[in-house]
Amino acid sequence: MKKILLTILIVMGCLCSSLTLVLAEEGIGGPVPSGPTVSQVAPAPVPVPVADPAGTSTGGAADVVGVTAGAPTADELATMGQSEPLAAKLADVVGHNRIAINMVWVLVCGFLVMFMQAGFAMAEGGFTRAKNAGHTMAMNFMIYAIGILGYWVCGFAIQMGGVGGVATLGGAGVLNGEFVVNLFGKDFGLFGTKGFFLSGTYDVAVYAIFLFQMVFMDTTATIPTGSMAERWTFKSFVIYGFFITALVYPLYANWVWGGGWLSQLGNNFALGHGHVDFAGSSVVHMTGGFAALAGAIVLGPRLGKYKADGTPNAIPGHHIPMAIVGCFILAFGWFGFNAGSTLAGGDFRLAVVAVNTMIASAAGAFAAMAYMWMVYGKPDISMIANGFLAGLVAITAPCAFVDSGAAAFIGAIGGILLCLSVFFVERVLKVDDPVGAISVHGVNGAWGVLALGLFADGTYGDGLNGVKGTVKGLFYGDSGQFLAQVIGTVTNIVFVFVVMYVFFRVLDKIVPLRVSPEMELEGLDQSEVGVTAYPEFNLNKTHR
Amino acid sequence: MKKIEAIIKPFMLEDLKEAMHAIGVQGMTASEVKGFGRQKGHTEVYRGAEYVVDFIPKVKVEIVVAAEMVDTVVNAIITSVKTGKIGDGKIFVLPVDSVCRIRTGETGRDAI
Repeated sequence: MKKILLTILIVMGCLCSSLTLVLAEEGIGGPVPSGPTVSQVAPAPVPVPVADPAGTSTGGAADVVGVTAGAPTADELATMGQSEPLAAKLADVVGHNRIAINMVWVLVCGFLVMFMQAGFAMAEGGFTRAKNAGHTMAMNFMIYAIGILGYWVCGFAIQMGGVGGVATLGGAGVLNGEFVVNLFGKDFGLFGTKGFFLSGTYDVAVYAIFLFQMVFMDTTATIPTGSMAERWTFKSFVIYGFFITALVYPLYANWVWGGGWLSQLGNNFALGHGHVDFAGSSVVHMTGGFAALAGAIVLGPRLGKYKADGTPNAIPGHHIPMAIVGCFILAFGWFGFNAGSTLAGGDFRLAVVAVNTMIASAAGAFAAMAYMWMVYGKPDISMIANGFLAGLVAITAPCAFVDSGAAAFIGAIGGILLCLSVFFVERVLKVDDPVGAISVHGVNGAWGVLALGLFADGTYGDGLNGVKGTVKGLFYGDSGQFLAQVIGTVTNIVFVFVVMYVFFRVLDKIVPLRVSPEMELEGLDQSEVGVTAYPEFNLNKTHR
Repeated sequence: MKKIEAIIKPFMLEDLKEAMHAIGVQGMTASEVKGFGRQKGHTEVYRGAEYVVDFIPKVKVEIVVAAEMVDTVVNAIITSVKTGKIGDGKIFVLPVDSVCRIRTGETGRDAI
């Protein structure tokens, strides 16, 4: 118990210091951190890594060492290579091919995840009203462009600048600068410092990982456009876009995926493998979901959403078929999201990951359908689609660590949680979330990482985050892993929600978040983006 | 000459058209409209919250015929589109002052 309290204390302390750092960076106003932080970077390993822009030296004999049970060791390669030079050369080619397969897998999966932007655009556009369709689409489109730029300027560096290297992609390990604070004799990695504007990291492996991580980040950034749809000024949206893609997402992502302190809870405090999130239930979806909650609270409900007595009105989406196709596109992209997170085409666990992903989505959709049918008399397709996505969000963290039975259970709970959460957000919190983003991504993101801490069955994850042994959840004997998941979850809620809430409040004073009531009634298409989505029919345009 | 305006259920348009063919009516105009009568719309549930659909989709058919045809046409419409359930619609009969066929310049009954 003492250990737990101590850990929580340390986490909170660390959080505070990181918050001040965030504020300090905002104060400077520039994307590049000031000099002193760089001087505290750990000394570069010897020999100094050299970037490989042409890809000619990436992937070689070193990349076959220890890959399979029968793979040669480094010593064997060195000694036997002298007596069998052809074998040594072949090992080099084999290593190159291994990295090639992995790199193609990572990039193709990245392309799939990129297409999820289209899914989000269609789902959000369909679940909102025709009079705002141009505006909703414009936000979903521009968050992609803004996200790429913000992430290129400094997001990527903050997130991945200290990751060292990605073993499955070979490469020289030029991302070797993590800003670390030392508390109680333990190192707490807070953010990366290499790769601003991708400078100094002109390397094929780094570029591949940039693309893959960027599209993940953009999934987060586009989530709040759903909860804040139909009333958000485009100007403040653009500023938000840079803030979350360049700063907020990358910080938490660094802590979990970039070698930061949450990933080291295992090494430092013997809490399982540290906070484990295979494909981003917390890093991607919770971050998006709680940013969506903060934004929707600050923005307030759409006009006409609540009656005078506080009971909610339904505001039906204008294009259910488009929304449903969007959800299918999301599910398709999700195979890249989850299975791609092996970062290796040669890691056959990806088959398990892909199957778990589809089973959880099915269970989520079915559970939501059953719930709505029983409680409200009709299988509401908009809620089923949300349940489908809820199952996907929930399985995103544990997809690599559980079997299909656990995946079905996790997905089904996700579908029920989604329904309960949608009604809780709408009726109790009185927060207007037109598309259910808070419930799909925030609530089920939390459920996903906690589910990993419960159901991880110890068949995968050996050596993850530098901890020996496979990942085991509470039900398989490792309570420390569950505790690490809880710490990661609480950290996400506290950090993301507080930072985004303060950000939106401050931004609202400078650039108002909310459009004028006249414009909101008229629809945002003309006033905000100057293009009416459907100029040729008007009868139902202002329906509410 | 009279104009008959029938507000009917949208899926009854095809039946009405065939009934008109059967009695020799040669033309009609149909448009998609929305409205409500005594039924006062109905409630739907979307994402667990009820909402009232006041204006229900209907089809309005306009037919102009000679005065002595009116009863035949009205009866044929009623026979073809009646379901007996609420929301079957209404038929209005209005006087028509004149008709002109644009292509030929014919007027009156010849232009119908």
